[in-house]
Amino acid sequence: MNWRDRTNPRRFNNTVFWGVYAITFLAGTYLPDVANGFLVIAMVLVASIRGLGQGKQETRTREEREASAQRWGNKLFIPALAIPIITVLGTVLFKRISIGGAALVDLKQITVISLAIATVIALAIGVIMLRPPLSAPITEARRLLDAVGWAAVLPQMLAALGALFAIAGVGNVVSELAQRWIPLDSPVAVVTTYAIGMALFTMVMGNAFAAFPVMTAGIGLPLIVQKFGGDPTIMAAIGMLSGFCGTLMTPMAANFNIVPTALLELPDENAVIKVQIPTALILLAANIVLMNFLVFRR
Amino acid sequence: MLTLIGIAIVVIGFVLRINPLLVVTVAGLATGIASGLGPIAVVAAFGKAFITSRYVAIVWLVLPVIGLLEHAGLKERARAVVAGFRAATTSRILLAYFAVRQITAALGLTSLGGHAQMVRPLIAPMAEGAAENQYGELPDSTRHKIRANAAAVDNIALFFGEDIFIAIGSILLIKGFLDQNGIHVEPTQLAIWAIPTAICAFLIHCTRLLLLERRLRSELGGSRQP
Repeated sequence: MNWRDRTNPRRFNNTVFWGVYAITFLAGTYLPDVANGFLVIAMVLVASIRGLGQGKQETRTREEREASAQRWGNKLFIPALAIPIITVLGTVLFKRISIGGAALVDLKQITVISLAIATVIALAIGVIMLRPPLSAPITEARRLLDAVGWAAVLPQMLAALGALFAIAGVGNVVSELAQRWIPLDSPVAVVTTYAIGMALFTMVMGNAFAAFPVMTAGIGLPLIVQKFGGDPTIMAAIGMLSGFCGTLMTPMAANFNIVPTALLELPDENAVIKVQIPTALILLAANIVLMNFLVFRR
Repeated sequence: MLTLIGIAIVVIGFVLRINPLLVVTVAGLATGIASGLGPIAVVAAFGKAFITSRYVAIVWLVLPVIGLLEHAGLKERARAVVAGFRAATTSRILLAYFAVRQITAALGLTSLGGHAQMVRPLIAPMAEGAAENQYGELPDSTRHKIRANAAAVDNIALFFGEDIFIAIGSILLIKGFLDQNGIHVEPTQLAIWAIPTAICAFLIHCTRLLLLERRLRSELGGSRQP
């Protein structure tokens, strides 16, 4: 994993922040864990105490861009659409290709590798077609990345937080609490608690995958399946989707909810969550009704 | 009980709108120390977890291409194309993207879409362009609302489409977990039972998109102008 994430913006803070981030990418594998930990903390301090700057200058005026859009017409869509199309082709093809029985690329990494290849091809098409100055892709990437700012690192930080929660056993503590406090003596109450619990726990952890084992071991299996004889397949499928309703409502799921606000240059970092909350709540209610009807239908 | 301190810090931090990076770091360190790890061990665990999740940053790889194309007027072109279709409205564009995204995700093509690759360069400008066509120049707040809706469509369609595909992470996680507990289920069965919720998600969100169109019309006034 090598990046050309070399940024040289005007401000000292940006240079330190992205510079340290680049080090964690280039050398992270070789450095001891403790050194990486301190590098991350240094990044956070730089970003949170003095803040990151963003250059004001637009690289081109709107009129210039419109003129350029006129000139290139629909050809502009070719590189943009090449990214998803090549990524999908890659994920399909790489599964088939194998050399001497061994897969050409690691199966778990297929999407990531395909996306990387697609990006390189799309960039090549773009450069050949538009013939920009050599520095243009890098300048433009810097403009976008500065607009995103520290939010670019947030998903990775949250993944790290999730790992620490797992090490510390946060999940077990929560499920013990839930079992002790909540009256669970009717099937409807149990199913409702399970679905809402999945959503709430997902909101806290930022990830339905972290919530599922805890809630299912704590409430789903002992009560819905064993005590009331529910169908484990239906319970698990709808339970997971109830967790996804939680994902729509939490800033902890940063790559879905916070990063897009930065990418789309929205002033309110909760704007996407606000749009999603009504759908998530109605859908969660729908899930509870569905599960009540389907899980005990035998 | 003390191990829950991290959750408390996260909730308080987000409510007070402190820089999330700082909140998350403090929450992580506090959780580690509360669970009895030494300070150095906590920092090491944090560093290790950060490094092993580096692949999350893959999305930023697409920025040079998108930046280059935007420089050449991609967004303006996306708006201009939409201007060519009289029938295109903000909610129809978002509805169409919702359907395509959910169906392709259900077929396992989850990488066909995404905020950096599709929403920022194409979907959001198209949705904005359609509204501009109908109502003329838009105020910033309306622009932002349309963009937020474009991002939400991508998320909701993805989440409630992908579980219909049998080889997706969440289905495999469910199967693995139930296997450990001595219950054996078929991935195809799990996928089938994701369909009712997927249909509900489609109906609920599409209704909301149609309401969005109505609200745009009442806020910005006027029936459709040629």
